[in-house]
Amino acid sequence: MSDVPPDPIAIDVGSLVQKTVTSLYSHLVTRPTGRAVRMAIETQLSGAGQQSLSLIDLSEVTILDYSCADEVVAKLLQRYLHERAHEAFFVFCGVHEPHRDQIQVVLERQSLVAVGETEAGSFELLGAPEPIEASSWLVLEQHGLVTTEDLTDLYPDEDTRHALDRLVERRVAFRSPVSGRYHALSRLVRHLL
Amino acid sequence: MNVVAVPGSLDHQTVDGLLDAVAAMQEQRSLFDARHVRWIDPNGMVALLAAGSVARDRQGALPRLELPESVDVLGYLSRMGFFREAQGIFDFDGHPPRRASGTSDVLLEITQIQGNADVHKVIDRVQSGTGAVLASKLHYPATAVVPFSVILSEVCQNIIEHADASGWVAAQAYNWARRLGRYVVVISVMDLGRGFRGSLTEEHSARYGDRWGDTTALEAAFLHGLTRFPDSGRGQGIQQMRRQVQRWNGAITIRSGTARIGQVPEWDDSPPLVDTLEPFPGAQISIILPARVDE
Repeated sequence: MSDVPPDPIAIDVGSLVQKTVTSLYSHLVTRPTGRAVRMAIETQLSGAGQQSLSLIDLSEVTILDYSCADEVVAKLLQRYLHERAHEAFFVFCGVHEPHRDQIQVVLERQSLVAVGETEAGSFELLGAPEPIEASSWLVLEQHGLVTTEDLTDLYPDEDTRHALDRLVERRVAFRSPVSGRYHALSRLVRHLL
Repeated sequence: MNVVAVPGSLDHQTVDGLLDAVAAMQEQRSLFDARHVRWIDPNGMVALLAAGSVARDRQGALPRLELPESVDVLGYLSRMGFFREAQGIFDFDGHPPRRASGTSDVLLEITQIQGNADVHKVIDRVQSGTGAVLASKLHYPATAVVPFSVILSEVCQNIIEHADASGWVAAQAYNWARRLGRYVVVISVMDLGRGFRGSLTEEHSARYGDRWGDTTALEAAFLHGLTRFPDSGRGQGIQQMRRQVQRWNGAITIRSGTARIGQVPEWDDSPPLVDTLEPFPGAQISIILPARVDE
């Protein structure tokens, strides 16, 4: 068994929206469009096995409205958050200024968190993390990998270690069932960017 | 015959009178006398279409429209696509001026919203040229075309998701030199559907008891983000529109049934709530975005 999830899947939403929705829509607007794109993503993931890591690329999307952000980001995360048969992790890239507010709003509204590439090569924890979750995520993000040997140095008190485990539960960090090491999701998809 | 005197200036400040007049009309055929119209904005044009539609449906005949005598107004109505949309709503004589081909100064001509494809069409249309208008007239940053498009998308979807009827959207930039001393962009969206009270009654009326009506329904949606859908991801559209309009120091008002609610900035003297209107079907939304003033 590998220490990390299977090879990440890159999903280009800009191209998916044109393929999925009947005409040549280039904007991610209206709820039915968002729903169609989310279902297309779910179809791609349906054969992915017990674990998957997906890079959802929004960089080719010009306009993203709140309804679509709710469908393509919030509802996609909710769909898999408590799914035991398929443990799905997501990283959203191309979350630049024009999309950021819409994504932040829908995540906050549903008390969700997500890892987003907000500038080239720079990742942030978006949504509604607890402050201790945000700081714990930042430590993991800065190191990329936290081994069991590093754990007490980097997370000296129990609360921060619990917060790290909550990040795993919230699917914004990956913990290897083999080695117990914690992986930043950004590190696992970096080669696809 | 019912005669409706269309005000000489038909804009966001005067459309309530027109809609009230039509809501109170009897069942005889109507004549809309627009001969003396000297000024009309997107709210006026879309309200005229909405009023004509209500009269047609209630009276079972196309109401007659006496066209404005002003050549400028006729030309402007033509450029905004009014006459194309007025076919099947009004009976009018004469040959309205043809729309000139080539570049138009219109930000968003009157567009009927019946389904999601129409929302995509609107968003596609405003991508070309709108950024330049927002930058040159309103001094908004180049990126403002994105939140502007998001507002348009959400407000048009409101028609499809909540009205269960078709509607129209239009937008244009104006120099409000005397009124405000700067440019504004006016967006108008109106439908003839079931209105906010109709949309929310089944889900939310019980908790309001006797207080339930057009005003409480508007407050529930506008101020508290309530929607008829149980899904907690719903109801964000109006809230986020309000937030963005406030960021731009703009005004947004929604009329539905007998009430109108608004978020009005300091430059607008409209009352935030009016609850004595005649019952007009659907919802009528007006958004006014003023040019940015450097502090």
